[in-house]
Amino acid sequence: MTDRFTAAPVVRPLNDPWPRRPRLVEHSVLPGFKLSLGITLVYLALIVLLPLSLLAIRPWELGFDGIVKTLTDPRVASALRLTFGISLLAALTNAPLGLLVAWTLTRYQFPGRRLMDALVDLPFALPTAVAGIALTAIYAPTGPLGALAEKVGLKTAYSPLGIFIALVFIGLPFVVRSVQPVLQDLDKDVEEAAQTLGASDLQRAAYVVIPAIGPALLSGISLAFARAVGEYGSVIFIAGNLPMKTEIAPLLIVIKLEQYDYAGASAIGCAMLAISFGALVVMNIAQIYLARRGRA
Amino acid sequence: MTAAAIPTRRRRDLNLAPLMILASAAVMAGLILMPLVVVFHDALAKGVGAYFAALKEPDALAAVRLTLLVAAISVPLNAVFGVSAAWAISKFEFRGKSVLLTLIDMPFSISPVVSGLVWVLLFGAQGLFGTWLIDHDVKIIFATPGLVLATILVTFPFVARELIPLMQQQGADEEAAALTLGASGLTTFWRVTLPNIKWALLYGVLLCNARAMGEFGAVSVVSGHIRGLTNTLPLHVEVLYNDYDSVGAFSAASVLAGLGILTLVLKSVLEWRHSGELSANRKH
Amino acid sequence: MTQSHTLSRPLSLSRRGLLASGAGAGTAALLPAAALAQALKPATLLNVSYDPTRELYKEVNAAFAAYWKGRTGQVLTLQQSHGGSGKQARSVIDGLQADVVTLALAADIDEIAARAKLLPANWQSRLPNNSTPYTSTIVFLVRKGNPWKIRDWPDLIKPGIGVITPNPKTSGGARWAYLAAYQAAAKTGGDAAAQAYLTKLFKNVPVLDTGARGSTTTFAQRKIGDVLLSWENEAFLTIDEFGPNFDIVYPSSSILAEPPVALVDKNVDRHGTRTVATGYLNFLYSPRAQEIIARHHFRPRDPAAAAKYASAFKQIPLVTIDGAFGGWKQAQATHFADGGVFDRIYKP
Repeated sequence: MTDRFTAAPVVRPLNDPWPRRPRLVEHSVLPGFKLSLGITLVYLALIVLLPLSLLAIRPWELGFDGIVKTLTDPRVASALRLTFGISLLAALTNAPLGLLVAWTLTRYQFPGRRLMDALVDLPFALPTAVAGIALTAIYAPTGPLGALAEKVGLKTAYSPLGIFIALVFIGLPFVVRSVQPVLQDLDKDVEEAAQTLGASDLQRAAYVVIPAIGPALLSGISLAFARAVGEYGSVIFIAGNLPMKTEIAPLLIVIKLEQYDYAGASAIGCAMLAISFGALVVMNIAQIYLARRGRA
Repeated sequence: MTAAAIPTRRRRDLNLAPLMILASAAVMAGLILMPLVVVFHDALAKGVGAYFAALKEPDALAAVRLTLLVAAISVPLNAVFGVSAAWAISKFEFRGKSVLLTLIDMPFSISPVVSGLVWVLLFGAQGLFGTWLIDHDVKIIFATPGLVLATILVTFPFVARELIPLMQQQGADEEAAALTLGASGLTTFWRVTLPNIKWALLYGVLLCNARAMGEFGAVSVVSGHIRGLTNTLPLHVEVLYNDYDSVGAFSAASVLAGLGILTLVLKSVLEWRHSGELSANRKH
Repeated sequence: MTQSHTLSRPLSLSRRGLLASGAGAGTAALLPAAALAQALKPATLLNVSYDPTRELYKEVNAAFAAYWKGRTGQVLTLQQSHGGSGKQARSVIDGLQADVVTLALAADIDEIAARAKLLPANWQSRLPNNSTPYTSTIVFLVRKGNPWKIRDWPDLIKPGIGVITPNPKTSGGARWAYLAAYQAAAKTGGDAAAQAYLTKLFKNVPVLDTGARGSTTTFAQRKIGDVLLSWENEAFLTIDEFGPNFDIVYPSSSILAEPPVALVDKNVDRHGTRTVATGYLNFLYSPRAQEIIARHHFRPRDPAAAAKYASAFKQIPLVTIDGAFGGWKQAQATHFADGGVFDRIYKP
């Protein structure tokens, strides 16, 4: 359909994932290379690299042992486990949910389709603090869904489940918007050919659709995951914030800051960045690999 | 209601459409729509009068102004960067391109809290440039520049990410042709490139803007929370919520939600009118 | 009614201010020459405060702006910033240009003095009453009719009782609450008993918000838990805001919470606001401000206001931070620093 903010990240040119190694700069008739690359690099350096390098330097005040001690502290370790565990779970949950919504939006015509399509981006447009307050109002024992869940003995708000709900909420658009354009373009002929050859729905899904959307789905999952890991505003209201139980890593950064422990806060921030960025890169490599295999 | 009850459209293929639509609608309503309903419901809990009274409050108006100002500075900067980056990456081959692409994506994996923290480490009174800034009476943290910097970092990749795939798809042939015909570089950009990418650019700007106006975690670290001065609208929502002013909080939240919805509507209109141009880059 | 009453006493106000200003720069506020010199230029004053004082300072600021304009002709813009006490202190350390700080506990202002050197270490002796123009204490807020018969500290650790309190690491109020609970348990069995008691207490805490306001919302609006450990003023405010669905229970003993105020010397000198900032802090001790303070359910220091509102504040035995815990520096290091008592007893 259209491009989205959730387009497949990083190494983008799927047509030519590993191009032959170019010379430092290849000759082109077009002007403006130095200018455009210059602006890009200066801006990148000032806005991203300079601040982040400071984030990477700051923890060393503690020394290597200090950093290890900070990150292996039971409370920090459990917050990191919780953050990454629930983020992964939420991102994986978003895969079938997002696929379902994307499939519906691209395959069927029904009244309200355009509205549903527009609403997909809502978690993205709604400020996270607002989302947090609203989600808490809904899932607290006094809220409509929270009361319902309580009846079946389920604690939603102020439990890991509450964090999970908030992260599924903010992650859904990433999966839908990654998969949707690919589904849109997926050759119906191939599907129909498979069908006339006698393939069942499931078989078609397994052999035709899933491999084709695999890279995009992976990309969506990885973006949802990266976003979930860092999420603060929407989680903080619904989490309950009990140390070792429902305390997320970004909150721990804030707590460290309030104890004037800038080095410790930076250490946790760095660890989170390293892990989620690493996950993003690994997912991208997997995605490129899938894309190549899909074409081969 | 069950799939079996509906006559099959094709051989061997149950018509799953109603089931899928219902399931999707349930997901969307339960997960996505509900928070929006809560916002407007609670904002109007004490009637329309109280709703508008809350919006006319001076601190709320100041927060709206500040939010618009911060977005008005951050979004164009990121747009210029986005166009530059896309131009360099899509029209030229150079070594380290994939590293550059990876770095542009990096802010996606930074926690908003950290996006605020890094500016405190740089420009806070105890930070790298803190003493110098104080001596020269330059205010960055706890003032508008800090809010802008935090917002820029959070929304950094949006425009670039929107443009790069499209411009890579379009290649450099049209520009090359224009240049051969004697057009200058700048003319070529204005007359050839920009018309080709304008909708995608606008689209990226809209998304960037939505995120910029709604950012909470990062600006919370650098704001200082001075009422009527350094509170953006999302921070003002939190302030009012903590004042036990539920109507005020949700009224302010509804403005943000309204801005978000406006963005979504504009975006849908764009897609509807210009789906051809926008989706060029979707064809893998 | 109270408004007109206070307005009719401007003379006693200035006399009071003079008395309260104590040693040092305070008296400058009342020198007409200094005041007149600034009379033409409007000034801006930033008060960086903690969470539960929002409503209080809104009213105090309006009163002070009117009083100051009447006295000196100078037009004032008073700016407020509220948040968790620790977060606010960190913001000032990182460069938030506060002229005065009015925080939840002395330890946070100590940090500003120690880390950013914005004010001298002896700041607390510069104003009367340990630089605290009002006090408060920690009480229990329970659901109407007190269904679980929560009357005193031992009731909080009964199985099944849900206790709501913010995180002592991030909330000043929570630190006072923690220490109030500690002293009550330590009275009978010493430190070991107190630590055992607090271990059990925190087992009963289902939500640990980052600030006092968050906890109140959790308890009052989300209806989580059976008892809220609350600032006394917040408990009254909750009843004002959320209706009479709650009862306030005074335990047999609690702690004298002293939220201090201080001038941020380096900042006021940079802004040229020392005179007006000093005047502002002195004004907090004036009968007129003390009246406002009492109406917002903080315990006034002024004997007249205290007498007038005596019936509003139940008298219970209150220990002081200096008496029971050796002052904030020691309490902070022993209990709330990383690896301190709180970290050791908090086992979920």
